Amino acid sequence: MSLLEVDSLTTAFQTGSGQVTAVEDISFTLNKGEILGIVGESGSGKSVTALAIMGLLPKPPAKILGGQIRFDGQNLLSLPDRAMQRLRGPGIAMVFQEPMTSLNPVFTIGDQIIETIRAHENVSPRESFARAVEMLARVGIPSPDKRMSDYPHQLSGGQRQRVMLAIALVCRPKVLIADEPTTALDVTIQAQILDLLMDLRDELGMAIMLITHNMGVIAETADRVMVMYAGRVVEQADVGTLFDQPRHPYTRGLLSCVPTLDQDQDRLIAIPGSLPEPARRPPGCRFSSRCPLAVAACSEAMPLLESVTPGHAAACIRIKEGV
Amino acid sequence: MAALLSARGVVKHFSVESGGFFRRTKTPLRAVDGVDLSVEQGETLGLVGESGCGKSTLGRVLIRLMPATAGYVEFEGQDILRLTAPELRRARRGMQIVFQDPFGSLNPRMSVEETVMEPLLIHGSRRGPDSRAAVASMLDMVGLPASALQRFPHEFSGGQRQRIGIARALILRPKLVVLDEPVSALDVSVQAQIVNLLSDLQAELGLTYVFIAHDLGVVKHISTRVAVMYLGKVVEVGEKRALYAAPKHPYTQALLASVPVTHPSLRRRGGRARLAGDIPTALAPPPGCRFHTRCPLAQDICRQQEPVMRAAGPDHQAACHLLPG
Repeated sequence: MSLLEVDSLTTAFQTGSGQVTAVEDISFTLNKGEILGIVGESGSGKSVTALAIMGLLPKPPAKILGGQIRFDGQNLLSLPDRAMQRLRGPGIAMVFQEPMTSLNPVFTIGDQIIETIRAHENVSPRESFARAVEMLARVGIPSPDKRMSDYPHQLSGGQRQRVMLAIALVCRPKVLIADEPTTALDVTIQAQILDLLMDLRDELGMAIMLITHNMGVIAETADRVMVMYAGRVVEQADVGTLFDQPRHPYTRGLLSCVPTLDQDQDRLIAIPGSLPEPARRPPGCRFSSRCPLAVAACSEAMPLLESVTPGHAAACIRIKEGV
Repeated sequence: MAALLSARGVVKHFSVESGGFFRRTKTPLRAVDGVDLSVEQGETLGLVGESGCGKSTLGRVLIRLMPATAGYVEFEGQDILRLTAPELRRARRGMQIVFQDPFGSLNPRMSVEETVMEPLLIHGSRRGPDSRAAVASMLDMVGLPASALQRFPHEFSGGQRQRIGIARALILRPKLVVLDEPVSALDVSVQAQIVNLLSDLQAELGLTYVFIAHDLGVVKHISTRVAVMYLGKVVEVGEKRALYAAPKHPYTQALLASVPVTHPSLRRRGGRARLAGDIPTALAPPPGCRFHTRCPLAQDICRQQEPVMRAAGPDHQAACHLLPG
């Protein structure tokens, strides 16, 4: 059995102009020790999926319209708040994109790590201090015992993200959700943090859900990949297959529109148009308005995620035609 | 080709207050600390480096959007940094800027037509049929429909707003455009459109670009030459293929090695040199070579003497003591 199973999850937000769905019919599994990459751009629903798993969607305006999220056999959506709170930390933990705003500016980083430990475990102050120092050392903060009394503003962006990781990992979660953990960081720091995430995965055996818009980060870390567009999953595969044989036109577009260091071309292959706002999504396939391969049938019905080969699925009606 | 813009010894220090309440002292933050650079007519000079390296500040000083602390910037034979206000205003026609944030850099109360026309009015054109026609043709050039004219920034997506920003910068037909992270705030699927548009406009209008970005892939794609900055200094500059294929400065090497791979089969986990630590503060840059605190190859000379730019190949220079020759 998988550690985490999301089954046909659909969530919506109440907005001024009516109810719009943020994610629709999302299903995936996450196994122990696995890194699942979730790729998507703004409005794809990747962060909403993460918040739904964490039980952190603000309700209202958010609403879960259907589906199940099972973790270790229990359905998280029917779990009472207190039980969910106990689960966050030792069960599932999350790191956010913004290391600047996710830390409390008026408490020392030591206090913030200790707070997490003591919220979940009945340990002495001395022991929790020692564990916090150990965790800071583990995420690569130099002279961690001295840094314990630092405030967030005294640290650089990369160090703050390490502190966020320390807070998330100090209760040894089984699943870590990392939402764009390196987007705000420079490439040299990004490389350090990605290495650290993979080391911790190997060492602690935790599963990681890594949310990003950067295909390079996926190529560097993920075991399996799920590509999302405008609230739906458009393609799912193991990482090698996805890069070798992307089947959905959107995945292909994403892979070819970013200039990389090993290419030398005159023009970039751009995806025309821009991401549709939730209220203005085209009928049928949501990518149809930007797709180079779209035909009339694409706007008639929502394409279903269908298996291409075992472990590889894509939601495009033109795949059967061999396009 | 002649240099359209050349900078010598450009310095920009900001004064930062530090110390306690009663012992407040002013310390200079050395954002740009002695940069020599030239931009050839018709080329794109890419300016890369980590956040805080001074690349955006340098971009602004080069067109005197910010006064420099010291140095010379020559543009079309004039010393930009010493022009009087009316002279500067005339010179501004020739040099414009596009900003990173397509949301913050447009006035939400001005329609697209007013936004794009404003530079014309500032530079003496009259609000008449000629100006309107110029704005309409500019919008067409950046790929916006004529229906956009009377609409307001909030009605547009990030990519389209960036097109408006580009139209505003180009309406005066400048020779030099500083592009400060023009695509980094955009969704990846939209970035390519804007990069292609910038290339097309450059060819069509004969523009010269200074392209500031932290994305090494985008910079490689669009640039003719690339300059790498670290802590207020240019550490390496060269023709892009030479620089990317054989980077000479250890910092450039580390920067390129940090870029994620393009295919999972190329993962080099554990097998590559990672740059340790963070960029030091520009309030107290390390003595000698500024990179020595993070450099895997640092030696005694690096801690004591500041390296100067030396030739590292045809159209390729780097500032490192360890360069052969």
